[in-house]
Amino acid sequence: MRDFEFVKPATVADAVKALAADGAQPLSGGQTLIPTMKQRLNTPERLVSLTGIAEMKGVCKGEGGLHVGAATPHAVVARDAAAYYPALAALAGGIGDPAVRSRGTIGGSLANNDPSACYPSAALASGATIVTNTRKIAADDYFQGLFSTALEEGEIITEVRFPIPEKAAYVKFNQPASRFALAGVFVAKFSGGVRVAITGASNDGVFRWAEAESALGANFAPSSLEGLNLSGDDMISDLHGTGAYRAHLAKVLTKRAVIAAS
Amino acid sequence: MPKDGGIGASTKRREDVRFLTGKGRYTDDINIRGQAYAWFVRSDVAHGRIDRIDTSAAEAMPGVVKVFTAADFAGVGGIPCGWQVTDRFGKPMQEPKHPVLADGKVRHVGDPIAVVVADTLEEARDAAEAVVIDITELPPVLDMKAALSADSPKVHEELSSNLCYDWGFVEENKGAVEEAFKAAAHVTTLELVNNRLVANPMEPRVAVGDYESHSGNHTLYTTSQNPHVIRLLMGAFVLGIPEHKLRVVAPDVGGGFGSKIYHYAEEAFVTFAAKQVGRPVKWTSTRSEAFISDAQGRDHVTKIELALDAQNNFTAVRTETYANMGAYLSTFAPSIPTWLHGTLMAGNYRTPLIYVNVKAVFTNTVPVDAYRGAGRPEATFQLERVIDKAARELGVDPVELRRQNFIKPDQFPYQTPVAVVYDTGNYHATMDKLLQISDRAGFEARAAESRARGKWRGFGVAHYIEACGIAPSNLVGQLGARAGLYESATVRVNATGSISVFTGSHSHGQGHETSFAQVVAELIGIDAGQVEIVHGDTSNTPMGMGTYGSRSLAVGGSAIVKATNKIINKAKKIAAHLMEASEADIELKDGKFTVAGTDKSVDWAGVTLAAYVPHNYPLESMEPGLEETAFYDPSNFTYPSGGYGCEVEVDPETGKVTILAFSAADDFGNIVNPMIVEGQVQGGLAQGIGQALLENCVYDENGQLLSGSFMDYAMPRADDLPSFNVDHSCCTPCTHNPLGVKGCGEAGAIGSPPAVVNAVIDAIHRAGRTDVTHIDMPLTPSRVWQALNA
Repeated sequence: MRDFEFVKPATVADAVKALAADGAQPLSGGQTLIPTMKQRLNTPERLVSLTGIAEMKGVCKGEGGLHVGAATPHAVVARDAAAYYPALAALAGGIGDPAVRSRGTIGGSLANNDPSACYPSAALASGATIVTNTRKIAADDYFQGLFSTALEEGEIITEVRFPIPEKAAYVKFNQPASRFALAGVFVAKFSGGVRVAITGASNDGVFRWAEAESALGANFAPSSLEGLNLSGDDMISDLHGTGAYRAHLAKVLTKRAVIAAS
Repeated sequence: MPKDGGIGASTKRREDVRFLTGKGRYTDDINIRGQAYAWFVRSDVAHGRIDRIDTSAAEAMPGVVKVFTAADFAGVGGIPCGWQVTDRFGKPMQEPKHPVLADGKVRHVGDPIAVVVADTLEEARDAAEAVVIDITELPPVLDMKAALSADSPKVHEELSSNLCYDWGFVEENKGAVEEAFKAAAHVTTLELVNNRLVANPMEPRVAVGDYESHSGNHTLYTTSQNPHVIRLLMGAFVLGIPEHKLRVVAPDVGGGFGSKIYHYAEEAFVTFAAKQVGRPVKWTSTRSEAFISDAQGRDHVTKIELALDAQNNFTAVRTETYANMGAYLSTFAPSIPTWLHGTLMAGNYRTPLIYVNVKAVFTNTVPVDAYRGAGRPEATFQLERVIDKAARELGVDPVELRRQNFIKPDQFPYQTPVAVVYDTGNYHATMDKLLQISDRAGFEARAAESRARGKWRGFGVAHYIEACGIAPSNLVGQLGARAGLYESATVRVNATGSISVFTGSHSHGQGHETSFAQVVAELIGIDAGQVEIVHGDTSNTPMGMGTYGSRSLAVGGSAIVKATNKIINKAKKIAAHLMEASEADIELKDGKFTVAGTDKSVDWAGVTLAAYVPHNYPLESMEPGLEETAFYDPSNFTYPSGGYGCEVEVDPETGKVTILAFSAADDFGNIVNPMIVEGQVQGGLAQGIGQALLENCVYDENGQLLSGSFMDYAMPRADDLPSFNVDHSCCTPCTHNPLGVKGCGEAGAIGSPPAVVNAVIDAIHRAGRTDVTHIDMPLTPSRVWQALNA
């Protein structure tokens, strides 16, 4: 790891200022950034820690649903969201291992948008709003492909607002080595319809499965998925599974998520 | 039994106190004043010609002491191979040069090209990025069968081909085996892959070289399973340093599993460089480096055929194996697919005719050598898989087919057709014990319960044999070993009665400090707490061959018994003198010498004090002091065996395999510390299950390692494993070593992979999918699903 400057502001405004410097990068839980720095794949000159900002931490009920501060670690979400949004809490409690869950944050995960991360599926399936220091972004507009988001340079996620569905569940199938999602499906049933978001599988990152949403919207039952299939053509194919396998897994997990949510 | 633990006591491991409280002293904990740090510049291509190396920019970087390349090693020997295999035509294997640093060509990703030595690790690493290396890539040699075609590029230009050897065993039986196959009522054939593994001990390799200019003495601190072997190989073959000027220390070592047996370039480098730069030089492997520089394991591609007569008796076994050597011959690589593999192809069975053919092949991959089990897991896997397949083809119970062909308890000692003689065993007993502890009788009810949940349950067995307690030196010498395989011990009794035992074995997780002390305590009848085990330093231990091949208690422990018996004999003479009695009347019990038929006695400390304060001592007939050394060379291998049973559930929708139960009924002969034995078996099972379900070392078509980190190389974790059901109550003691012990370190890793795969195939067949007869390891969800949806 090369030398870098470390700053830990106490407010969002100070963090934005600190990030204006050349070579500055935000650091949240560091579960991706720090390993890449150790491998010298990433050599920031300044790290701006976001975990000392009180206004970016914590879970509470608020306008339009559950508000989760962007610098809230997964372990806290797993504990504090359980009473309001059990499926979200369960997802947070299944990320990585206890060390990862104690350090990694929801904002860090969404800003990184790893195609195999869990949180993007919850945000997209819930129709969450990504709140930044400058604006509010709908989840449908936020995720823009592999490691790519609507965030501008220097823009910081401060909070994520989750509408709370009537029924929801997340089912993840682990990649055996990393235990990231080989495929993960978040199903959320709202009064106005069903949203299904799939992570881990696609070359383009998290996506919604429209056919499944309309079928489940008509009848929220696993049998509604019969006859529906995802194509493996645009799915990730690697030593842990082909695209066809991931497409198949995504369907199986969708069915299981519907059962778990029912 | 001594009050704090003799033979048979589950004494807690004394070494764990320091390991678990962060007080272990590992090689990376050794820092010598003034030391510099080495960073290796390694090839990032699998095969290429080095056109130019320019170190000038790197040498000008801050803190850089020196940048080394192959040019600095002119006149220095290459890394030697410790075993020469003779092929089936009577010719020696092809043995390529193995320079310390790549000379003219790179042959695998990770091949070291240059080394920067600098004041700090970061400076060394910075400068390493400034070393300019121009390489013209050459087509990589990766597929073993393609590597043997006439038009394949060659890994080593100086060799006639990529074939290391074409070995046949027993060559004289080849014709008879062919006749037996012609006469067979049934032949079962199976083609399989034994997947390549990365050892991944918790502690990566480390080496620190030190040189004293005033004495000319070299010291190497290294993460080794056998410091004396490293001293011999590196001193004599690489650097030309005589033993009395070279000390090798392997302090606490955090696991080896075979990968720390071998002499590596990094060890030779730091020893050499320390003298060159006049400072101690330290190298610590990163985990990423370990994936591309530690010798890897397994990697066999095999076709096995089993011939049976009309009564389902095994009449012959024939195999053809391609064994990957990687780019260079690691220290014991040639012996693994041959003498540690072919000699085990009889398994537990009376098969009269066996022919094993092995083609060892050079490829542009990391060298392959012994990994926990080493050749014996490969033999067991083939045999136990083909027997299971035969049982399915014949419609007979796989357990009964095995039992019918087992060597019978009254047939020992048993001469196999593949050279070895099994001294003892009772395979029917271990199989019976397995069926009992695994509750096979209740399986059908459990399978029905799984079916009701939409899951497929299966039960698989395997019965293994291994040859360990390695090894009779005269025999292995005939087979091509360039070293002996005895073990040594010095027992030093101190004046007040405490004992220091200096052993040539090396403990890197096995618990020797506890179990060896139990042996000495038992023989003398004193507390184990009075006995300390010293290992790992060539300057204070007698020449020994180290720890691998489940040999340490059987061979090293026997040396300790021999030396301790010499001590007892001398102590009895001293006691006889002190009590003015005849030596023949002296008895030693519970640490006290008595004269038979009298109430005279002298305790242990009284005798030891007399030995060192010889005021009342037979000086005219006996030397003072109480210290003895013994070397023990075994007369045969030992042959642990056991029945393993695995119960799995397959999720047919996802292909995921869950191990619900795993039972192991082992016969290890006598046992010194049952708790340590159980721990060894559990660890071995975890590694064997890891191979069967999770671990896979994969190169892409360019020779790049795809599974080069824990993000893609799946290590077994606690929640991948069931609670193991381990039993070692079956006991046929070894007949040829003084403790009657056989060794237990590798058994778990040898017997478990076929049990797991047999269980998965059983589950799939019970669900009606009898078309799926084999799936290659690791049985990942994706592979199982592919097999079900092919």
